[in-house]
Amino acid sequence: MTQTVTSPKSDARRRQGPSFLMALPAVLFFGLFALVPLAGVVVLSFMSWDGLGTPSFNGLDTWFRILQEDQTRNALWLTFLFVVISYVFQAPVALLLGVFMAGQQKYRAFLSVLYFLPLLFSSVAVGITFQTLFSPNYGLSPALGWDWLPAQWLGDPNIALLVVIFVVGWCFVPFHSLLYQAGVRQIPATIYEAATIDGAGRMRQFFSLTLPQLRYTIITSSTLMLVGSLTYFDLVFVLTQGGPAGATRILPLDMYITGFREYDMGGASAIAVILVAVGVTLSLLLNKISGSSRMESDKAGA
Amino acid sequence: MSTTVDDTSRQGSGRATSGAGSGRPAAAAPKAQGPNHKARKPTDRPNILGGLAGWAWLAVIILPIYFIVITAFRSRQDLANSNPLVPSSEPTLQNFVKVLENDFMHFFFNSVIVTVAVVAAVLAVSLMASYYIVRSTTFGGRRLFSLILLGIAIPVQATIIPVYYLIRELGLYDTLWALILPQIAFAIPLSVLIIVNFVRDIPAELFESMRVDGAGEWKILLNLVLPMAIPAMMTVGIYQALQVWNGFLFPLILTQSREVRVLPLSLWEYQGQFAVDVPATLAAVVLSALPLLAAYIIGRRYIVAGLTAGFSK
Repeated sequence: MTQTVTSPKSDARRRQGPSFLMALPAVLFFGLFALVPLAGVVVLSFMSWDGLGTPSFNGLDTWFRILQEDQTRNALWLTFLFVVISYVFQAPVALLLGVFMAGQQKYRAFLSVLYFLPLLFSSVAVGITFQTLFSPNYGLSPALGWDWLPAQWLGDPNIALLVVIFVVGWCFVPFHSLLYQAGVRQIPATIYEAATIDGAGRMRQFFSLTLPQLRYTIITSSTLMLVGSLTYFDLVFVLTQGGPAGATRILPLDMYITGFREYDMGGASAIAVILVAVGVTLSLLLNKISGSSRMESDKAGA
Repeated sequence: MSTTVDDTSRQGSGRATSGAGSGRPAAAAPKAQGPNHKARKPTDRPNILGGLAGWAWLAVIILPIYFIVITAFRSRQDLANSNPLVPSSEPTLQNFVKVLENDFMHFFFNSVIVTVAVVAAVLAVSLMASYYIVRSTTFGGRRLFSLILLGIAIPVQATIIPVYYLIRELGLYDTLWALILPQIAFAIPLSVLIIVNFVRDIPAELFESMRVDGAGEWKILLNLVLPMAIPAMMTVGIYQALQVWNGFLFPLILTQSREVRVLPLSLWEYQGQFAVDVPATLAAVVLSALPLLAAYIIGRRYIVAGLTAGFSK
């Protein structure tokens, strides 16, 4: 696409390229509502603003305050737990389900159609659904009456985060299993045939063939899961609003509550900057890891 | 060249952030299942353990949905007096009537307006930008593409406060415009990425021969770029429509009054308004899922492809 500049022919083509007017609307929208806010959040983190009046310059005060608050440290720790446990739960389930869904059996095709259903619900719908299902009055626990079921699922600070992680997984595992299903279907049938002839069993085939063949899908899905859950807000907010007693107040919720409930937009912006910084670092890190593994695999393939 | 393109798109997808674990599809080419579609034949010995796990997961998926559907057909008294997991012996439609009497259709149409406006604008704007990025012979095209790819890494959640400030300053707070404009902006990076990968595949000769025939850039856009990019546009359209339709954060922060309420926010408000009338709230939840359920039944293939496009590469 990039022509050498020397030949006269390319000069002619250069004049024939579309004018910048074509890109202008996209640039304006993107600049005004995405890039400007990104810069704006950094600026606002040095300001004091209650969300209604005029922001005023505040220097580093906001930052000192936010970084010293236990609330922030707690939110960072909870976010770490949320991201890690979510991944440990979602990744294996999604992978196994994807492999399962890729099978050609009729009943698996049928199940796959139903597995998709959570993706049709908005996060608010899912949140309200599970709030009711986990309610101590008319939910799962009173319905089944099993003693070992907790009466308070979302109301118990000791398990609320785990319950939230399960519900978030319920929502997003279907999407990731679709990715894995597509990935498995790209694997050539011949290598399975060869392995079967060589006497490799199902487990052996899964670990020695399927997993290595799925490496790109694993990288893609993992990146989306990790970075996605780092910034996830909707469902957690609907389920618990950060409670009980701050037990699920992960960073994005900490930001929202600080800004829109406590009217401390400066502090909320500082939290948002932390969120961006952690997010970008994580993405870059994952890119590096996936980049190096790609090079290795290229060598192996050659 | 093509390797570079692949790399860019893959890394781009790697940086995708917002939209939570739902992720975003990157790259283009919702490739058909390919020649290996029938690759995995069931082995001779049926996988009993796998089958059991599969049905168990179905139970996990279906139970909450079953629960909200049967509860939506219950009366309040019925919910208090019977086992919540057994369907009511006297099913009622009164909850749905109550939801419909409380402006449900109004909120539904607000959602339709916002979704259609965002998707239409994103498609138009992204197609134009993609044409520029692919065919521009100046340095700007490449630079613009990198800038827009960078945009995929911006978490929407983290920019919401400045967006709120901006919308207030523009006097758009609590209008449908407040929902439409920022969502167009945040949908652009991924849409451009997917469409660019399609437009790249159009042979340069086609552009040149149209130029020779005296076609201007608008004519080329409409008669060459648009028809060739239709599959990518469908992917982008479906994906972004789902995102906007179910989106909660922008409505929560940028609107407040009943007139401009969209469906996801309305569920949230119903829950507060109906309070102890749980069956009515769940009736609203069930109603809100019906449009997408209908879409899924009619166009399952398209919706699945729209969600995962590009990853299946």
